[in-house]
Amino acid sequence: MKLKFGIKEVVAIGIGTALFVALTQIQIPTPIPNTYLQPRMAVMAFLAAVFGPVVGGIVGLLGHALGDALFYGSVWWSWVFPDGVVGLIIGLFAAKYAIREGGFGSTKSIVFFNVIQVVSNAVAWIVVAPLLDIIIYAEPVSKVFAQGAFAFVGNIIIIGILGTLLCVGYSSIGAKSSSLTKED
Amino acid sequence: MAKILSYEEKDTWIHRLSGVTKLVFFLLWCLTSMLTYDTRVLAVMVAFSLVIFKISKTRWKQVGAVFKMIMLFLVLNVTAIFLFSPDQGTHIYGTRTVLFHIAGPYDVTKEQLFYELNVIIKYFTVIPAVFMFLVTTNPSEFAASMNKVGISYNVGYAFSIALRYIPDVQGEFTKIKHAQEARGIEMSGKASFISRIKNTSSIIFPLIFSSMDRIDTVSNAMELRGYGKHKKRTWYMERKLQRNDYLVIAFTVVFMVIALAVTYSNGSRFYNPFV
Amino acid sequence: MEPIIEFKDFSFKYRAQAEPTLRDINLSVMPGEKVLIVGPSGSGKSTLAHCINGLVPFSYTGDITGSLKIGGKNPADLGLFGMSKIVGTVLQDTDGQFIGLTVAEDIAFALENDMVPQEEMFKKVDEVAEMVDVKQLLGHAPGEMSGGQKQRVSMAGVMVDDVDILLFDEPLANLDPATGKRAIAMIDQIQKNKKTTILIIEHRLEDALYRDVDRIVVVGEGRIVSDTTPDELLAGDILEKQGIREPLYITAIKHAGCVISPSDHPQHIETMNLESYKQPLKDWFASAEGKKPGKETASVLKVEDLYFSYVEGSPILQHIHFDIKKGEMVSIVGKNGAGKSTLSNLICGFYKPTKGKILLNGEDIAPLSIKERGEKIGLVMQSPNQMISKPMIFDEVALGLAVRGVPEEEIKERVYRTLKICGLYPFRNWPVSALSFGQKKRVSIASILVMNPEVLILDEPTAGQDYRHYTEIMEFLKEINETYGITIIMITHDMHLMLEYTDRAIVIADGHLIADDTPAKVLTNEVIADKAYLKKTSLYDLAVNCQIDNPSEFAERFITYEREHRILKENRADG
Repeated sequence: MKLKFGIKEVVAIGIGTALFVALTQIQIPTPIPNTYLQPRMAVMAFLAAVFGPVVGGIVGLLGHALGDALFYGSVWWSWVFPDGVVGLIIGLFAAKYAIREGGFGSTKSIVFFNVIQVVSNAVAWIVVAPLLDIIIYAEPVSKVFAQGAFAFVGNIIIIGILGTLLCVGYSSIGAKSSSLTKED
Repeated sequence: MAKILSYEEKDTWIHRLSGVTKLVFFLLWCLTSMLTYDTRVLAVMVAFSLVIFKISKTRWKQVGAVFKMIMLFLVLNVTAIFLFSPDQGTHIYGTRTVLFHIAGPYDVTKEQLFYELNVIIKYFTVIPAVFMFLVTTNPSEFAASMNKVGISYNVGYAFSIALRYIPDVQGEFTKIKHAQEARGIEMSGKASFISRIKNTSSIIFPLIFSSMDRIDTVSNAMELRGYGKHKKRTWYMERKLQRNDYLVIAFTVVFMVIALAVTYSNGSRFYNPFV
Repeated sequence: MEPIIEFKDFSFKYRAQAEPTLRDINLSVMPGEKVLIVGPSGSGKSTLAHCINGLVPFSYTGDITGSLKIGGKNPADLGLFGMSKIVGTVLQDTDGQFIGLTVAEDIAFALENDMVPQEEMFKKVDEVAEMVDVKQLLGHAPGEMSGGQKQRVSMAGVMVDDVDILLFDEPLANLDPATGKRAIAMIDQIQKNKKTTILIIEHRLEDALYRDVDRIVVVGEGRIVSDTTPDELLAGDILEKQGIREPLYITAIKHAGCVISPSDHPQHIETMNLESYKQPLKDWFASAEGKKPGKETASVLKVEDLYFSYVEGSPILQHIHFDIKKGEMVSIVGKNGAGKSTLSNLICGFYKPTKGKILLNGEDIAPLSIKERGEKIGLVMQSPNQMISKPMIFDEVALGLAVRGVPEEEIKERVYRTLKICGLYPFRNWPVSALSFGQKKRVSIASILVMNPEVLILDEPTAGQDYRHYTEIMEFLKEINETYGITIIMITHDMHLMLEYTDRAIVIADGHLIADDTPAKVLTNEVIADKAYLKKTSLYDLAVNCQIDNPSEFAERFITYEREHRILKENRADG
């Protein structure tokens, strides 16, 4: 696990949050009713996987709170924290994915990344978010679990596809390319 | 790009308060509003919020567009609550006074209406506070004052960098989106679900990679100018806490204590007019 | 006096690389000197800069042999923070260096990190802001400022530290010519007033020499190949050998068959002693051929009375009209923010004009969607990194066809054909990440060409490129223009580009079209050059100072000669 916190991490939080906020309004509707994919979640997962749990967690928290406040004028705290949870959990295993070292791309690493992201989303959207909704806002149990389930599905899809692609794509930049030959 | 809420310079005593004071107020106010479901407390908070909103001289133009969006969201949420749980009110207040029947399990009860009214009021206690916080707080000064109340300057600075680069990232996003659209890659429209994800990734890829480069450049630039040299740093935009700041913080804390005392005086966070 | 910078038998190898990037560097700079460092991309000049400001070895690790002393001390002992007190670096990327939310905060950044009390900061920031003329902008956010202003803030931001050495990393790369001139003048003034040692890394030699420098150091393949005065360097042939562009007036004098003597002070055209060159130049002018008139072709892109504004009452573009013929190579020039990009945005359909028409082959394109226009008018962004979204070269070039549902066989055939045109066919199965910047640029052009557009619009196609890459990209564009008849429009502030490669320049200033003429005429017209923040070409001054009565014709003949010369040289190289 990586707990280094230097200038690069500070900047990664700043620019990562800016990215997250800028992508707030980009949503892809899905065939599942009431479920939108949020590309910003994939970006956050990617940053967490590259820079670790602190960057992932704070980008999730700060990005969501700031994005909500700037675009929607209200902060729905029970959904802010789960984003942080996702970033934190994915980031815990940053060293294992070895994205910057060019080690990400094998089936094994992709499966590992996706197992972690599914677990983190389960914790966030099936446990944390509904509980906070009930505790903070006293919302009906059936409603909050239904909402949580939709968010869970949406996020594992977008992180599973776009997040994985981003990790593989960025990792390939760091990979050695000495085996390449020109063809006629 | 959609209009977003932003700081506007004005000279009112609210603007002159330190960012920390406003943050403390904002967080405690939100927390109070979260915890209480006491209609009387909520009503007082709404009244207060509106007064503050008025004093801060915030104009409708600054917040109107965002407000309309919140209203839409509010209506959706209130409807969803009813659809999922038409008897949440009964569940909370213990009685069931049917006003009229709609269909199936859906009765409109007094208790449900009252519960949903409380949900709506809760929104209204927080919205003016968020607006006030965003449009009256100078972001630079805010980062400085976060550090002054003991939060690591790294967090304050990360926040400041985020605000600094949001417009740049948005501009870059628009540029990339345009160029990709001209190549035929559209994010909206009638494309199928899978191709929409693909198309979105065509725009996000370049954006991410240029942002990763930017992270390198910015951290080099900061390092070259001595960032992180000492355990502390000073702030150009720092503002010392003044009498008014202490008064506001004291008021907020006292208000919160009273509000929660009133709320929980009957052993529950709900005010129950039905018994 | 002790040198402030002293390299002795210095070599450096990056950890990840097999070969050293810098070899046997011996270089001394005295306090208060002003030194220009030139060299092609990949020559090691940026690494040299990193050694001086401490990024090597603190951020970029590797093996060092030999010694380096900055201010008499070893950088390794001072640490990066210690180094930042001695050397102030102004980076090329002004947006990357502008970290503060406002000008004042950005200037104060180094002071804040040094825990300077607030009162003192106010004073110091005011003082430095005054020096670089940004006092009125202290409360501004970076988004409200031009590139030149941001650069001056960057200068102020390192000068607050009272550094002994100011290091400029390609300060001219992102500026229009007039703003670049101002930046060089500002640097000169700082050196004169504060006796600061100045190092400028730049490959736009002619622009960088707008003010005197004491020495020019030429770096090539990791070694210092020349370290001499500007007069000596310009008289010799080292620049040409290293692939660095000489000032145009120097090239012109050499074309006339003269050997330049350092004693004539060729550093500035304004003060150069031209006595012995006048007659040969006049003779050359008389014998050189002018531009051959091109044949008239049909109109391909016509803009009629175009207006655009975001907010009513504050127009960005007004009454723009021009007619571009098939197969032309045209440049759109003007100062940063004059509306050039808005114009290309309107042509591509990202924005709708407030008034006026855009015609393609005589037909109004208003009803066409962005995607439909994209098939006929291709847009290439400034940086290939803003366009490339697929890891593999083939997929990237195929993308535009794939989303249009072109059958797979046809995609394959068209992509291969395009890759051959672009010289990328041998790399077709490579990942994009394995390519150089210039090759990536070709990939981004290929990904547009594959759709067979009639018109290609390129935004700053050569920004930040050294002479060799610049020539490579431009020759490639010329080839596709000549061989395939594709009309090419370039938005640029590179005057060499417009002069050498385009037949026509459309000049926009403050939202108005102020000229539509040959580049040679535009760049020899002081009024237009001033209005559009261009810089009149040194060929003009050369002609005037040699009493040649038609300076714009002189420039014209020079260009014609250059083009033919270049073709001859290439043929020789091929044969």
